[in-house]
Amino acid sequence: MEIRSPQFKANVREALGNEHLQEALGKVRTGFTGKRAIARAGLPEFDELRDQARDIKNHTFSHLDLYYDMYEERVRDAGGHVHWAGDASDAREIIAEICQRHDARSVTKGKSMIAEEVALNGHLEELGMEVVETDLGEYIIQIRNEPPSHIIAPAVHLTKAQVEQSFRELHTDLPPERNLDEAASLVNEARHVLRQKYIDADIGITGANFLVAETGTSIIVTNEGNGDLTQTLPKVHIVLTSLEKMVPTLEDVSTILRVLARSATGQEYSSYTTFSTGPRRPQDPDGPEEYHVVILDNGRSGMLGTEFQDMLRCIRCGACMNHCPVYHTVGGHSYGWVYPGPMGSVLTPTLVGVDKAGHLPNASTFCGRCEAVCPMRIPLPKMMRHWREREFERHLSPRTVRWALRAWAWVARRPALYHLTASCAARVLRIAALGRGRIKQLPLAGNWTDHRDLPAPRGQTFQEMWRAGGDE
Amino acid sequence: MSNIDSKANRATIMANVRNALGVDASSDATRRKTVKARLSKHSRNLIPERANLGAPERLALFRAQAEAVAASVAEIKALKDVPQAVAAYLRDNNLPQRVRHGADEDIAKLPWDSVPTMDVDTGPADPQDSTSVSKAFGGVAETGTLVLTSGMDNPTTLNFLPENHIVVLKAGEIAKTYEDVWDRVREAYGAGQMPRAVNMITGPSRTGDIEQQIELGAHGPRRLHILIVAED
Repeated sequence: MEIRSPQFKANVREALGNEHLQEALGKVRTGFTGKRAIARAGLPEFDELRDQARDIKNHTFSHLDLYYDMYEERVRDAGGHVHWAGDASDAREIIAEICQRHDARSVTKGKSMIAEEVALNGHLEELGMEVVETDLGEYIIQIRNEPPSHIIAPAVHLTKAQVEQSFRELHTDLPPERNLDEAASLVNEARHVLRQKYIDADIGITGANFLVAETGTSIIVTNEGNGDLTQTLPKVHIVLTSLEKMVPTLEDVSTILRVLARSATGQEYSSYTTFSTGPRRPQDPDGPEEYHVVILDNGRSGMLGTEFQDMLRCIRCGACMNHCPVYHTVGGHSYGWVYPGPMGSVLTPTLVGVDKAGHLPNASTFCGRCEAVCPMRIPLPKMMRHWREREFERHLSPRTVRWALRAWAWVARRPALYHLTASCAARVLRIAALGRGRIKQLPLAGNWTDHRDLPAPRGQTFQEMWRAGGDE
Repeated sequence: MSNIDSKANRATIMANVRNALGVDASSDATRRKTVKARLSKHSRNLIPERANLGAPERLALFRAQAEAVAASVAEIKALKDVPQAVAAYLRDNNLPQRVRHGADEDIAKLPWDSVPTMDVDTGPADPQDSTSVSKAFGGVAETGTLVLTSGMDNPTTLNFLPENHIVVLKAGEIAKTYEDVWDRVREAYGAGQMPRAVNMITGPSRTGDIEQQIELGAHGPRRLHILIVAED
């Protein structure tokens, strides 16, 4: 996928003026957050399970090499194959090679963010294969030739009317007078169109939410059932996943599953949680004849042992973006690559470089809601701060920003001067407010005050009030 | 086999991992012991209190949870009542009197001919099938989840291809939690072993991909009907 993160500011301007997008985003703001809150309230142990989920992943990472030894042994025992991809191009090559060995003409796909990360579809299409996304949201954006705008709801930026228009343009063999007013009729149409694709496919590709070391199992968590049809009907099932998806045991994954769906869609449990271990067995009447797992690193092993290791705990639930005021305002496409929202602001600079994605960790109000709702307790704001520091150190931020920060740091390190400056500013601003308590215009901060008033200080600094006894 | 040297990639990635963790041969003995213990003990993490109930309350919780996610549930006395219950369900929903099931003894040996109007096919699903009947390996009261295992007895395609899925579940096999089911899977298949597919199914297929509005029957079954059988 083309990286459009460097154009973040232009992307945002476009997003703010896009009426359809703003209408669709309005529903994210209330829908996902409300459902999660209800699910959380329904399980008194929820927060304690989050602690345990965090600990399970931390334990796994510190023994990751050994868990992979066990995992691979189990996959091989079950008749499956494990492939290792250092980067995106490796992953594309490995999968293309499997497809070509089977003379594949048609490939169906379950939703996979890793497939987006390695830009798999375009590569297989160049080799002459038809690639069909089967998750409804992914199908919609595929036929519109758009990237996903959310990690669990890829078409969340679109309205029903836009989906109807795309279906009418593409499904021209269906009667033009058909009624597509309701979401249900759109869902039915996609079901009807995709049915034959599942049956005709030579290869089915899915992602994996988790890998289990104990049993050599890959897991997908879905609601539509498309992932299961994709991986059960074709001769070959390819699982494309990444290094950090490992968990030790079935008990461990059960704990994490208890927080996943609740955090994502507010469901207690997703409709389908599927545990796959190897290909069809001798007595089995269905299932794939070959089972391949492609494990992608793409920079992840380099995050271990650094201040970004905690990001590897991410289970891609989307709660951070669902609760992010910046995401609510600018939508997923503004972030310019595969992973939007707070998790993307941390992960994207790691995977594509802070020189290209430096704007993302700056697009945060540090309100902390992302960390507060993260089921894996990932300190997202802290890591965005790490990126800002690195950006500063590498002189990637604009000169004015660096100078201002340097000046501020110089003052902040001199407490007496800092207090003097702060108390002067408090008094000046108070006078500038002319007794109204709010400032409508501020020199050098016009961009800010154009859109809202600055609350005026009361004339004293906090420390002055504290010293005076604090009985204001 | 491929232009990509998977083995070399693995070696590089694992060297990165070990380097980042700061581990070497001297620390491996302890780490191996930790890993071995974790994989063999299957220790449980925190188990929510919700499903810590006796059998009748557990069944009631399972039923309530399944119905909350749009599955329908009927309770019947004995396995031999399944064909009549299936016929009644198909009739009530105006569905063709035709089902397909696998080789599972509990289902295959039933008196299907007691419903003369019903056609019964066996084996994996055909795209034309409208209704399938499976037997669950077990149920989980906590979330109203069915657990099905792949194989001749209950082919996986029966769970996903037909529009209507009827699942027979023995009341005695409704567990409190997922962890209870894993213990039974280990008993049935051996420690560290799994059937090719374990399908946890919680309600019928659904999607929220258009304006977050929930619609049933995205790609899998539109209807999920559960027959809970009282006696073993």
